Amino acid sequence: MPQSTPVADGGRTSLRMRETVADDLGADRAGLPAVRSGELRRYLPGVEPERQVDDWGRSERVEGLFDRNIVDFYYRYWFRCDVEGVENVPASGGALLVSNHSGALPPDAAMIGKAIKEEHSHPRALNVTVEHFFKGYPGFSMLLPKIGCVAAHPANVHRLLYDEEQLVLVFPEGRKGTEKLYKDRYKLRRFGRGGFVEAAMRAKAPIVPVCVVGAEEAAPIFAHINVLQKLTGLLYTPLSPIFPGALFLPAKIRIRFLEPIPFDDEDMWLDKSLVQTVSQEVRARIQENVWEMVRERKSVWFG
Amino acid sequence: MNSRRVLITGLSTYWGGRLAQALEQDEEIEAIIGVDSRDPTLELERTEFVRVGTQHGLLRRIVEAAEIDTVVDSRLIPDSIVLPAREAHENNVIGTMNILAACGGEGSTVRKFVFKSSAHYYGSEQDDPAFFTEAMGRPHPPRTRIERDIVEAEATVADFAEKNPEVSVTILRYANVLGPDVRTSHTKLLSMPAVPMILGFDPRYQFVHEDDVVSALEHVVANDLRGIFNVAGDGVLAFSEVVGLLGKTYVPLLPPWGTSIAAAALRRTGLDIPPEMLQQMRFGRGLDNRKLKATGFQYRYTTRETVQKLAEHMRLHPVLRGLQEPYRYEREVEDFLRWSPYVRNPSYRKEGRLAPAEAVELQKMLASYGDRLGGGSSSRRQQSQAAIRAAEQAPEPAADGGNGAAALSASLEHYDDLEADEIVGLVDSLESDDLTSLLEYERGHLARPRVISALEGVLTRRRTGDRG
Repeated sequence: MPQSTPVADGGRTSLRMRETVADDLGADRAGLPAVRSGELRRYLPGVEPERQVDDWGRSERVEGLFDRNIVDFYYRYWFRCDVEGVENVPASGGALLVSNHSGALPPDAAMIGKAIKEEHSHPRALNVTVEHFFKGYPGFSMLLPKIGCVAAHPANVHRLLYDEEQLVLVFPEGRKGTEKLYKDRYKLRRFGRGGFVEAAMRAKAPIVPVCVVGAEEAAPIFAHINVLQKLTGLLYTPLSPIFPGALFLPAKIRIRFLEPIPFDDEDMWLDKSLVQTVSQEVRARIQENVWEMVRERKSVWFG
Repeated sequence: MNSRRVLITGLSTYWGGRLAQALEQDEEIEAIIGVDSRDPTLELERTEFVRVGTQHGLLRRIVEAAEIDTVVDSRLIPDSIVLPAREAHENNVIGTMNILAACGGEGSTVRKFVFKSSAHYYGSEQDDPAFFTEAMGRPHPPRTRIERDIVEAEATVADFAEKNPEVSVTILRYANVLGPDVRTSHTKLLSMPAVPMILGFDPRYQFVHEDDVVSALEHVVANDLRGIFNVAGDGVLAFSEVVGLLGKTYVPLLPPWGTSIAAAALRRTGLDIPPEMLQQMRFGRGLDNRKLKATGFQYRYTTRETVQKLAEHMRLHPVLRGLQEPYRYEREVEDFLRWSPYVRNPSYRKEGRLAPAEAVELQKMLASYGDRLGGGSSSRRQQSQAAIRAAEQAPEPAADGGNGAAALSASLEHYDDLEADEIVGLVDSLESDDLTSLLEYERGHLARPRVISALEGVLTRRRTGDRG
C-alpha cells in the first residue's frame, strides 16, 4: 500500500492520511476508496432533473453561456481549430485524456472540450482538472467548478473515472507547463510523478494522449513579473499579451487525439516502475507528435 | 447481536430524545435508559430517565445494574453556538472519555457502542477532495476548537474500539443538519432575510434532514455495523442554489481577505458565524454517503428536499408561532404515568383495552397459571398462592397428578394466546411469586421481550421497594 499518492496534476500536494478505526469495507492508506468499491457504484446519488447544478458544482446554465458566448467564438473564428483522431476518445465509459499544456491563460482545455462536443459522434462533457489553488482564490473558486473544472485530487479523478465513468482531462505538466517561457515552447516538462497513470490504472480507464499545437503562440509568456505575483497572490503573473492585457493572439490551434492506451489488469497501479514507464511513454508519444505537428505547420497563424 | 437493552447518553439533546422515541416503538427493545445532566426535552413513554452527568463511576453502575448491551452516545456538540468552547470541550472530549470508561473493561455487558460524530471531523480546506470517504482522515490538523474536540473524541473512540474488540463500535459522521426543529448556526444564517456569503466563493454544501439523522441512529442500533459511516443526504448543492431554493437572495457581505475580522465585526451586530462555519462558507464540503447506503439504509430526503422542507417550515413558522407549548419534564408526573396502577386511560396505557370484568377474569387466570407453574416449590410460595385463592374465592383444581398436568398444558395454550399488552397490563396486580414463575415460563416459551421486561420491571421495583 502506498504511503502517499501524488496528485494527477503537477504533483504539488500529496496526501498523507492516517486511518482511524479499522474499516470493514476496506480502504487503502492513501484515502482512496478500495478497489472493491465497485459494488458501491450503484449507490451513487440519482440525478435530480430539476437541478441545474450537479454534485461537482457544474452549472448547465453558466457552462452554456460560457460555451455559446466565448468558447464558440474562439473555437470557430479566432483559433480556427483543426481536430484529428477525435474517434480515439471512447464514446462511453471513463477515459483519461492527457495533454500538453501551454499558454499564460491556457486556452487548450476549453478547445479540447469544445472539440469533443463539436466533432465527436457521441458528444460528452469533459471534466478538466485544475490546481487546488483555484478553489482558494475568490472569483475562480466560484466560476471554475461551474464550467466543468474539478480540483486535481486523486480521489476526485478516481470517482469521475471509475464510479461515474466520465471523461477527465489532465495536464500532467501542471503549472510548470503554463509558466514556461516562449523560448521553451513545445518542450514538454516533467510529467508530475506519474499520478495520472496510477489514477487511470486504478480506475481501469484508458489513457488518451492529446497533442495541442498553437496554444503556445496564442498566449506566449516573455517574462514573469514577480512583484505583481506577490501582490496578487496568483500562481504567476506573466508578461504576456493575455496578461496584463486581455487578448489571445489569433494563432491556429491543431488538436490531435492519439490511440488510447488501455489498462485492464487488476492492481497494475501498485507496480511503481510500471507506472513510471507508462508515464514516460505517454510523454514521449505526445512530445513526438507535437514536434511532428510543428514540423508540418507552415504558418503559426494560418496552419 | 440484537440490541435489547439500550443506554442513551445525552437523552436531553434533541437527538437523544428523538432516538428514544423511535426505539420505544420497537418491540424487540426491552429497556431504554437515558442519562443526561438536564431534563429531557421531548415527551417519552417507557424510557427511564436518570439524571446523571458523565461521571463514569455512576454510569458504570447503571450499565451493570441494567445489563446494558448497547450504548448510544448522542451528546456530541458539533456547533459552537450551542455552548461556549470550554464547556463544549468538557462535554465532547472529557465526557466521551468517561462514557467509554463506563462501557469498557472486564465483565462489561456492553457489546455495541454507537458514537454520533460530525463531518467537521474532515474540516474544510482548499485541497480537500470533492467527496470525503470514511477512510480519509484529515489532510490538515484541526483549525478550530470544535474540530479539535471532534478529532480528539473520535481518537478516544477508535482507541476504545482497538482495546475492546468484542464491542462493535460504530461512528456516524453527520453532515450539517437542517430541519424545522433544530437550531444550528446554519439554520440561523439561512433564516436571515438576505444570506451573507464570502465574496467570490460559492461553496458546495451537503445537508442531512433531522429525520434521517434519527433513522440512521436507529438503523445502526438495529443492525450490526462496525466502522465509520458518513451520513449525508444525496446530492451536493452550490450555496447559491440553497439560497435560491429558500427563495432568498444572497449578499457577498464578507470580504475574501480578512474574513475573520469582518466576521468578528458582524458578531457585534448579533450574527454569529463560528470559525468552523467560516471555513465551510469558503471551501464547502461533500461527503460520500454510499457506504451507509450499501448497508441497506435509505434516506428519506435528498439534500435538495431537505432544503425545500426547511423553506416550507420557514414560510409556515411565522403563522404558527406560539401555538404549541413546549414540553416540560416533571419527574413526579412521569413516575405516576409509568408506574401507578391507577393509570388506565388507553392513551397512556396501550393495554387498557379490557373491560373491568374481563380484567378480573384474566387476572384470575394468570394467577392460577403462575400457581401451576410454580407447583412444588417452597412452602412460602404455596402459602401466598393459597392466600390469593382465598382472597379471590375462586376454587382451583389441585396441581397434582396427570389431571393437573393436562390442565396445565391446556391452560398454558390460553396463556400463550394472550396479547403481550394484555399480560403487561395485569402484571402489576399479581403476587411476586407468581410473577417469578410466569417469568420463568415466558422465558422458556414465547420469550416476548415486552412481557419479560414488564415482569422483570415490576419484580425489581418491588424488591427495591421492600428494601427501602
